[in-house]
Amino acid sequence: MAMSPASKRYNIRVIWLSLLYGAFLIPAVYGFKHHLIDGAIGYVAAILPALPIIGIFVAIGRYLVEEQDEYVRMLMVRQTLWASGFSLSVATIWGFLESFDLVGHIPAFYISVLWFGGLGLGSAMNRITLGSSGRC
Amino acid sequence: MDNRLRVLRAERNWSQQDLAERLEVSRQSVNAIETGKYDPSLPLAFRIAELFDKPIEDIFTSPSRNSSKAI
Repeated sequence: MAMSPASKRYNIRVIWLSLLYGAFLIPAVYGFKHHLIDGAIGYVAAILPALPIIGIFVAIGRYLVEEQDEYVRMLMVRQTLWASGFSLSVATIWGFLESFDLVGHIPAFYISVLWFGGLGLGSAMNRITLGSSGRC
Repeated sequence: MDNRLRVLRAERNWSQQDLAERLEVSRQSVNAIETGKYDPSLPLAFRIAELFDKPIEDIFTSPSRNSSKAI
């Protein structure tokens, strides 16, 4: 299926943000592992890899604004709703299990990982219920 | 929402892709509307009506009228 201009822009933005994520994450991991970073620089180095991930959330928001095909846009909205419901539900369950010492601690950024996984779940649900999975 | 889109398209020998290009939407949008899985917005419904040169109610069946017939 042909990609819409909005879809192409979304893909380009996500590719650049993914490259930026790698460029920020690899030095941060190396720096902390070898105790090269501390103090205020440590906070900056730790936060930098989060910014491209936030950028991907923004890119999805931009895509929803820019997509001219209302049906395809609705599919993406459904995907994001599934992703939000899925990730927040798992995070809530895990939080209670963790607070009662039934499971170990997991870094909070895994909620974002779950959310991106939830987009795949949303795409599958679109295919099952509507027969279409969308463009992203 | 029930509609006559498939019939009107067939009368003109248009494929779903032909209609999608004329409406500037994706083929899957046309398919979703034809099969009643998706109700188009009012602006898109007007574009469809103008393309076929017909009033909206000649293409789309009002859900309220549909249900009152069933009663």
